[in-house]
Amino acid sequence: MASNTDVSERQRSAQQRLRIIAGHLQKREENEHTALSAQECKAETSKSNAAKVPKRRQEVMKWNGWGYSDSRFFFNKKGQAEFTGKRYRLSGLILPSLKDWFEGTFGANLQHKTPATASLNVSAVPPPNLNEVFVEELKAAGVALSTDPEDRVFRSHGHCLHEIFALREGRIGRIPDLVVWPSCHDDVVKIVELACKHSVCLIPYGGGTSVSSALECPPEETRSIVSVDTSQMNRILWIDEKNLTAHVEAGIIGQDLERQLNESGYCTGHEPDSMEFSSLGGWVATRASGMKKNIYGNIEDLVVHIKMVTPRGVIEKSCQGPRMSTGPDIHHFIMGSEGTLGVVTEVTMKIRPVPEYQKYGSIVFPNFQQGVACLREVAKQRCAPASIRLMDNEQFQFGHALKPQVSSIFTSFLDGLKKFYITKFKGFDPHHLCVATLLFEGDREKVLQHEKQVYDIAAKFGGLAAGEDNGQRGYMLTFVIAYLRDLGMDYYVIGESFETSVPWDRVLDLCRNVKERIVRECKERGVQFPPLSTCRVTQTYDAGACVYFYFAFNYRGLSDPIHVYEQVEHAAREEILANAGSLSHHHGVGKLRKEWMRETVSSVGLGMLKSVKDYLDPNNIFGNRNLL
Amino acid sequence: MASKVLYSLRDPVPKKRDDFEDILEERRNSSDLRYALKCYTPAVYRNLLPCKASMLKTLVLQSESLRYVINQVSVESGEAPEVVREEASQVLEEMAHRLQLSTVRFFAFTLSKAFKALYRSVRVNEEGIQRLQQAIQEHPVVLLPSHRSYMDFLMMSYVLFTYDLALPVIAAGMDFMSMKFVGEMLRMSGAFFIRRSFGGDKLYWAVFSEYVKTMLRNGYAPVEFFLEGTRSRTAKSLTPKTGLLNIVMEPFFKGEVFDVNLVPVSISYERILEESLYARELLGVPKPKESTSGLLKARRILSEDFGTMHVYFGTPVSLRSLAQGHISRSQYNLVPRHIPQKPAVDTQAFVNDVAFHLVRLQEENMVLKPWALISTLLLQNPDGMELSALTQQADWLRRLALSFGAFLDWPDGERCSKVISSSLTIHRNLACVSGGRVRLVVAEASGAELSAEEAEFNRAVSVLSCASYRNQTLHVFVRPALLAVAMHTANSNRRDEVYNCFNVLRNIFSNEFILCPGASVQDFEEACYLLVKCGAVQELQQEVVMSSSGQMTLSFLCSLMEPFLQGYQVVCRYLREDTQEDLPEKNFVPGVRNFALQLILAGSLRCHEALSSDLQKNALAALIRLKAVRKVKTGDQVMLKVNKMAVNSLEDTLGGKIPTQKPVLARL
Ligand SMILES: Cc1cc2nc3c(=O)[nH]c(=O)nc-3n(C[C@H](O)[C@H](O)[C@H](O)COP(=O)(O)OP(=O)(O)OC[C@H]3O[C@@H](n4cnc5c(N)ncnc54)[C@H](O)[C@@H]3O)c2cc1C
Repeated sequence: MASNTDVSERQRSAQQRLRIIAGHLQKREENEHTALSAQECKAETSKSNAAKVPKRRQEVMKWNGWGYSDSRFFFNKKGQAEFTGKRYRLSGLILPSLKDWFEGTFGANLQHKTPATASLNVSAVPPPNLNEVFVEELKAAGVALSTDPEDRVFRSHGHCLHEIFALREGRIGRIPDLVVWPSCHDDVVKIVELACKHSVCLIPYGGGTSVSSALECPPEETRSIVSVDTSQMNRILWIDEKNLTAHVEAGIIGQDLERQLNESGYCTGHEPDSMEFSSLGGWVATRASGMKKNIYGNIEDLVVHIKMVTPRGVIEKSCQGPRMSTGPDIHHFIMGSEGTLGVVTEVTMKIRPVPEYQKYGSIVFPNFQQGVACLREVAKQRCAPASIRLMDNEQFQFGHALKPQVSSIFTSFLDGLKKFYITKFKGFDPHHLCVATLLFEGDREKVLQHEKQVYDIAAKFGGLAAGEDNGQRGYMLTFVIAYLRDLGMDYYVIGESFETSVPWDRVLDLCRNVKERIVRECKERGVQFPPLSTCRVTQTYDAGACVYFYFAFNYRGLSDPIHVYEQVEHAAREEILANAGSLSHHHGVGKLRKEWMRETVSSVGLGMLKSVKDYLDPNNIFGNRNLL
Repeated sequence: MASKVLYSLRDPVPKKRDDFEDILEERRNSSDLRYALKCYTPAVYRNLLPCKASMLKTLVLQSESLRYVINQVSVESGEAPEVVREEASQVLEEMAHRLQLSTVRFFAFTLSKAFKALYRSVRVNEEGIQRLQQAIQEHPVVLLPSHRSYMDFLMMSYVLFTYDLALPVIAAGMDFMSMKFVGEMLRMSGAFFIRRSFGGDKLYWAVFSEYVKTMLRNGYAPVEFFLEGTRSRTAKSLTPKTGLLNIVMEPFFKGEVFDVNLVPVSISYERILEESLYARELLGVPKPKESTSGLLKARRILSEDFGTMHVYFGTPVSLRSLAQGHISRSQYNLVPRHIPQKPAVDTQAFVNDVAFHLVRLQEENMVLKPWALISTLLLQNPDGMELSALTQQADWLRRLALSFGAFLDWPDGERCSKVISSSLTIHRNLACVSGGRVRLVVAEASGAELSAEEAEFNRAVSVLSCASYRNQTLHVFVRPALLAVAMHTANSNRRDEVYNCFNVLRNIFSNEFILCPGASVQDFEEACYLLVKCGAVQELQQEVVMSSSGQMTLSFLCSLMEPFLQGYQVVCRYLREDTQEDLPEKNFVPGVRNFALQLILAGSLRCHEALSSDLQKNALAALIRLKAVRKVKTGDQVMLKVNKMAVNSLEDTLGGKIPTQKPVLARL
């Protein structure tokens, strides 16, 4: 029997490898014409075994903005927007319509610049408050560390607007006193032990992409603050093809994880928009959600086993059973703990064979209501593609502003005949229509079948298929959009995105009310020009959807733009909560949203979480003060 | 709780008000037909979901909330869902408006003729119109006019048509439907009809509320209704009803709309069409059933002069701003929104507070004509006044009213005597001058001798007609007047004692006047503020004392309250003396009327206002609220159970014996 199984198993995996290779070939072929896989949309690292995240991150990444130092938007001498670098499809291209959109939308003017401080003024960085014995013992234990100001500043923040804005102005608040780089689980155990022994505050640091003020050092913290940078714990320790799992160190960055797994024909399918920089441990700590969760699930569905080092010791389960009835799932205390309980060091994750076939798509709807109704129906029939996202009209217009000058894949359906067809013949109003982008994955046959099913549903809601290119372009923009905020900040425009999840029946009302609240709050607070206030539905579930808002405005004439910004965001969150939205779908709570935790989970619920914290970390070693 | 904040935002004396334009002026100079047929393209709600009146019905019948209730009713009653659905559809049929532009044009034409015959001018604040036009585009609008006359909603639609504003749909009482033709005409000009009472009828309520909410949510049209529920026969504002207000607020509470604009509209009449009809109705002459022929008889009226009418569109009030900090909309997060939920206690309190707040906003912008002041003075001098004294006092009262913030339409730069004589001309049926004295006109016998009763009845008609003009001023004076009475009755000048008395009185009269619930302290402070401002009172450290020149003001204000104090006392006396412990409710009004009449005939009561059924009912409501009387249902009869001790003590209180109480002055 056993050998039988082995044989068939071997056969199976051999066949599978063939299939995958075939898949690659096929894809490559198609690439010549149109298709482009999601992986290739983000920055492409040429060598597959390329260096992972370096300790000195500032050498490849911006210290006061988003992403790689070599990639950024700017307006050239002719006033045309360009995207620099070589990493992205958009790199090196000119975006002729961005300027008009930018000036028209925000009332901004290219004459009115607000450039960032060019480089970090090291002398403005407060000297480290070191616990000498702790440092000595760490060194003795062989853990890499640094007190370099640049290293410390880099780990003092996430990517909230106020954090980046302050850096651009050269303002530095409370920052970590020391950065340490454990290289494995045991290093972390040592670090935590020493921290407990010497009463030092630890803040885990993954990819640094937090958007909840989770990485900010509490200014009132008097102990020495140590940033535990997990980036060097980045190995895939094993792959189990029988169970389709991989055991991975928690510091690995999303794109590295996917690329390495791809080499063996696998993927996790977990693709948060931040996957170029965010880490596995960060995902676990924030309950992250990936674009393709419809096929692969969110992080809580993907995780099979977690190891976390806490001041009480190491917490983990004794087996990897796919589901257990053993009381409340301890993983759920870890997921979403936001670095308050310990350091996640190793994770066993589900993996899947790389899909044979991918296809993009897009649908245009006469208005947002119809679009939402369609998504709702798709969710009802449980036939959501790997990803389905619905943009409102403003985002649709914005998408157009990002159209590069010359490139066949970037032609838009609003061009030429099609524009005529949709607006004149079908009676779509360009000021109301909105677009859904789709990504299908699987084997070719099924994808085509699936695609038909979705387009048939869409047709019932007045949706017209609008081509693969538009869909693909939408997903590609995902990775460059984050770079745009830095451009805005060069010209008095500040902005942010935030998200929520909400039952289906409240989606439309919530979107309308929140967008309107933003507009109104801006007006009341003296913002001179109406803000950009737009949303999209980014995920569908059986019982509701995830909605993502973008909000930006021109702050000329405001004495304290960040304060205004924060008031507006606060009001928008209140509006979300008043409209049955959740406090967060995936960004987490951090310090930014913790004032609402009690109302969100009830006093008793908060008490439960507190008691867990008190048990695991009575001395608040993990003192980032998130969540509670 | 809520009221405090809503209320304390108010400044007792409003800032400058808008100017008026006469909309009839153009009617007198150009073709009515052309006007009625003009191009009408109102600005609409920016998120309008276009939909025809007939489509509305389908929307309502297919709405989730109605389907839910239909199923519920079907399960409870055992009727098949289709049967219940059919019933709902009929209810809707009976209720729904059929707004048609052609009918509106017809009205625009005929009303132009009628208004020109009736009124010297119809004056509208155009700034208010502009604000409204803005508001209509921004958010769903609820129009809340005051209600003194049948004219009100015809006039509203007329004005809106004139200014090219969106025509409202109007909640009207079913009683109109008895006038077949008129009812249908009104329906086609936007009225929808609601039964007067449908207490426990779940289905009716569901159809009705869904109908209103659908129109509101979709921005179909401004929704108009009368907060007071019915026409005020006394020209006093009535305690607001909250049912419809609740309904129009719900879409906001549940997040279905971003905001709702509540627009109070104050419609003031120099002379009310129904003037003597109302007085007779209050005296128990049965109200003529609304009938088409009755309305036609009203043709006679067209030859009379009803002076000037003012329509003041108040500043739209954002429901969202009102609710800020009072309503947690997330309370609707946990139950599907289509399932009817009884509003939470604090929601109810909020709606009630807003209702009062809005009625006060209506009152604030009611325009007073000189006659309102003149009739106030005449009623305080039942034997008539020397014209010269009247002139002098009217001028004094004018200044007092202005300092209290009254919106007085007093002709600029005209001599007071001139103003009075022209008022007397318009109201010649109510007052006349003979031998230099001004007195009320009381109908006299033509031919046969009048019985003593008939004579008093006629006198009462005059008094009550006149009182309806005095009542227009009450919102200006009521708080200071209660304070004046309190100062008069309190055992000392101590602020806490005066407040105590004030509070007791305010409590008793809270069915009679618009006094926001829970705003006792604010009312007291407002009263003090006004009396200090006009120099009648001084506030010393812990005392409130009359100033040397305050006598005239305070005694005027006390007299103003006198009919109410006396009237309520008569009611108490009646319950104490003339009834058994148990009194069938339906016998109450006739009983107390007769009781009062006997007192008048015996010469021991001079207050004819005690005959007013409005006052009597308000007094009863107060007694029930204060638990001196209990309402008990026995079989199909409603009985009043009288606690004579409690009634007696209330009567003492009204007679000036304020019981000593522990001062409740934490916040003073
Ligand atoms: C442009 C952009 C796009 C984004 N898109 C998405 C998205 O699509 N989906 C999504 O879910 N999120 C998204 N995010 C948010 C962010 O990427 C996620 O919260 C992500 O999970 C954070 O991972 P990180 O490794 O960057 O963690 P960090 O930002 O470094 O840390 C976040 C929190 O987790 C804690 N933490 C980090 N590592 C560990 C560890 N090993 N053990 C214990 N605690 C740890 C930190 O202390 C901190 O509290 C986006 C953010 C940006 C800026």
